[in-house]
Parts: sequence; structure tokens; C-alpha cells
Amino acid sequence: MLSEFGEDAKVLAGGQSLIPLLKLRFANPSHLVDLNFIPGMSYIKEEDGRLRFGALTRHSEIEASPVAAKIPIIHDCAAGIADVQVRNRGTIGGSLAEADPSGDWATVLLTLDTEIRCHNGKNDHRVQLSDFIKDAYTTVLTHNELVSEVIVKSPPKNSGGAYLAFKRSAPVYPTASAAVQLTMEGDICKDAAVGLGCVGLTAIKAKDAESALSGQKVTDQAIAAAVEAARAAADPQSDMRGSAEYKRTLVGALVKRAIEFAKRRARGEQVDVSHIYA
Amino acid sequence: MPESLLKNIEKVAIALTVNGKPYSISVEPRMLLIDLIRERLDLTGTHVGCDTSYCGACTILMNGAAVKSCTVLAVQADGAHITTVEGLERDGQLHPVQKAFGDAYGLQCGYCTPGLMLSTVQLLAGNKQPTEKEMRKAIAGNTCRCTGYQNILKAIQLAAQNMAGA
Repeated sequence: MLSEFGEDAKVLAGGQSLIPLLKLRFANPSHLVDLNFIPGMSYIKEEDGRLRFGALTRHSEIEASPVAAKIPIIHDCAAGIADVQVRNRGTIGGSLAEADPSGDWATVLLTLDTEIRCHNGKNDHRVQLSDFIKDAYTTVLTHNELVSEVIVKSPPKNSGGAYLAFKRSAPVYPTASAAVQLTMEGDICKDAAVGLGCVGLTAIKAKDAESALSGQKVTDQAIAAAVEAARAAADPQSDMRGSAEYKRTLVGALVKRAIEFAKRRARGEQVDVSHIYA
Repeated sequence: MPESLLKNIEKVAIALTVNGKPYSISVEPRMLLIDLIRERLDLTGTHVGCDTSYCGACTILMNGAAVKSCTVLAVQADGAHITTVEGLERDGQLHPVQKAFGDAYGLQCGYCTPGLMLSTVQLLAGNKQPTEKEMRKAIAGNTCRCTGYQNILKAIQLAAQNMAGA
């Protein structure tokens, strides 16, 4: 259908981003192709050390899934998106394909080994998430392709992650957010991944912050260095949610807290992580 | 939108169940579910607050799940079971959630109340004894500008108690 209607057609998944855009006349497509009546696109499976999410899986289904909760940072993300009503409609595939710089999923999934399956009705191919997102609201998807599946490699047992956002209220996008996944070997952090949200045109992988932690003991000093590097990696815009400087400071504080939660989870502690609301 | 673009919009036939009653109706593809409910079905208990997917005044249940009906197209409700505030009472008896909102003074102006009650119905359907944190999370998508939420939380708790005792 997408090939038939051409570039003017838009794909409708959960509609929680697209319908507001249509109402504002920011999007004015000639055709809307509603995916919601396609069966079999909503599932959460564990296979070969990977979690596979059908593109139409709602955030609320991921929030409630014991399988998804095996990767705690994924549960943090799903349970913290907007509010109950939006989570009941919004989908993981739609959120990633929308590539809103304030979207939660990209920030979190960049800290894991995540592949996106793109499908054009005949063929499909898999793309690493870091290659999938090109720019704000822009992905590698062509006009006749859609996301069919999100594939996340399960982190090892000695790995823990946490996702934390600062929000003015539940229904709005975060002011800033941070995702941290740490793989520990005893006291030493073997591998670190740090994702920053809402502080750039896309979710940012803060590589210098990761290097500040990798191969080190997670001491106050190493955390301070990682926070400094995360602040430097952030490239926020001043807007109604706060000034650029405020967001830069905020994202550093979120990274610090997320590191502490991630470290405790990597030790096997059950830690309840929820967003901070103004 | 120029008048010429409004002509020749092909209507789409949909069938849905609203408060237990089946409807077959033709709608423009661009019609929002809230407009179908209020303008075509004359069920005006569901309110339009912000019309931007923020305030939750338009919350209804779609196949048992709370959704903001200002952010769903009517055509997407084809085949769905919808519950609005009008569908909560049974045979002239208020639903326990409605009764609790009255008894606990969980409302002042009442504009947000239908949406809050439907969010509460979804919460209590899956969680008979919610903690305060769970109650707050369940209504985080419903804005009330009058009450300060304290009596709403009391109303949800009262509804949970009454439904457990029933």
C-alpha cells in the first residue's frame, strides 16, 4: 500500500505522536495506513539470548511483561513513558520510527545491543539502532518501509542498567533523561554504556562518559569524570522546558543517579527506579 | 483547509459497541473518536479539555484500556468495545467508582471527573488493592485543576474498599 500511495502516505501505529501532528496540521498526508489491524505484530519473545518485540507492541504491554522485565532498564523505560492512556496506545516501533529527539526508547536502547528490522512488504533487513536514526525525526526508513521488529540482545548476568528522566509532569516529554548500563566483574566495570535523551537532535551515546567508567572501579572519582564527560557530550537547546545550561547540568545529575542504580542492579539488587517529577 | 479539499471525502463504514450498544455508522476518516462519541452519538459525558493529548478529560475505555479519545481516530475504533462514563451505571445504580467519587468528594467542578473515573476503573480492574504510589501513577494522565487530588485519591481508595467488600 505504501508503494502504491507514494511518499505522501503516512504510517499510523499507536498514533500518540502522529495524531497530535495531524491536528496541528504539521503533517498533512494524502493517505494514512493504519497498521493496527495487522495481526501478529504485537509480541514479546525471548529467543537465542535476545528479546524480540513486535513493532506494534504497546508500551503498556512491555511494562506488564515479566519477560521484558528481565532487562530492568527496558521496564524503567516502558513504565515511565507519558501516562497510562498514552502507554496503552503508543508502540515501541512507532516511537523508534518517529525518532523524536525527546523519545525515550532510543536513549535506552542505544545502551544495549539493539537491531531494528525494517520491512518493505517483500524483503527485510536489520540495522543497528545507532545506524537506524539519522537525525531528528529522520531514520533510514524509505517511504515504503516500516519497522517490523526490535531485537535486543540480553545483557550478561553481571550487568545492570537504569533509566531516569526528569519530567515536569507525566504526559509531557522529559526535560532530560539518562540511561546507563554497566557490566561488572567484581569491583571493576568491564563495560559501560551511557545514553542521553532530550539534549540533542537525536539520543546521544556519550562515548567519553563510557570510557571514564570502563576498566575502572566505579568510585566517586570515576563517576564524577563520567558525569563531566556526559555534560560535555550533551548538546541541548534552550526552550520552554529549560535553558541549555540547565539541561546540561540536569543530564549530568541524572547520569550520576543512573550509574548508582545501575551499579546496584549489576550486583543483583532489586532496585525500584522511577522518574523524577517536578 | 480550503473548501475544495473538504469535498469528496469518502466516508468509511465502521461498526463498534458503545456502552454495550452496537452502532454501525459512516464517518470521515479524519474524525476523532471523541467527536464521534460527543457529536454523533450524543454522549456528552466525555469531555474535551486540552485537545492535545495532555489532560485526560476525554479518557474512555477502548477494549478495557484507558485511552485519550482525542488522540484516536474514529475509524480506529472499528470493531472496538467502548465504555464512556454513561456506561458505568447499571439499572439506575451508580458504579462503585461513581459512588465513591461522590461520597469522598473526589470532585469539585466535575470537568475532569468522567476521565478520572474511567482511569480508576481500569486501575481497579487489574489491581484490587492499589498502593498510593500505584493510584498516583494510574491517574498521572488526568489533570484536575480544582481538587489538588487528595480527595480523588481518597475516592479511589474508597472505591477499592467497596468493590472488595461487594
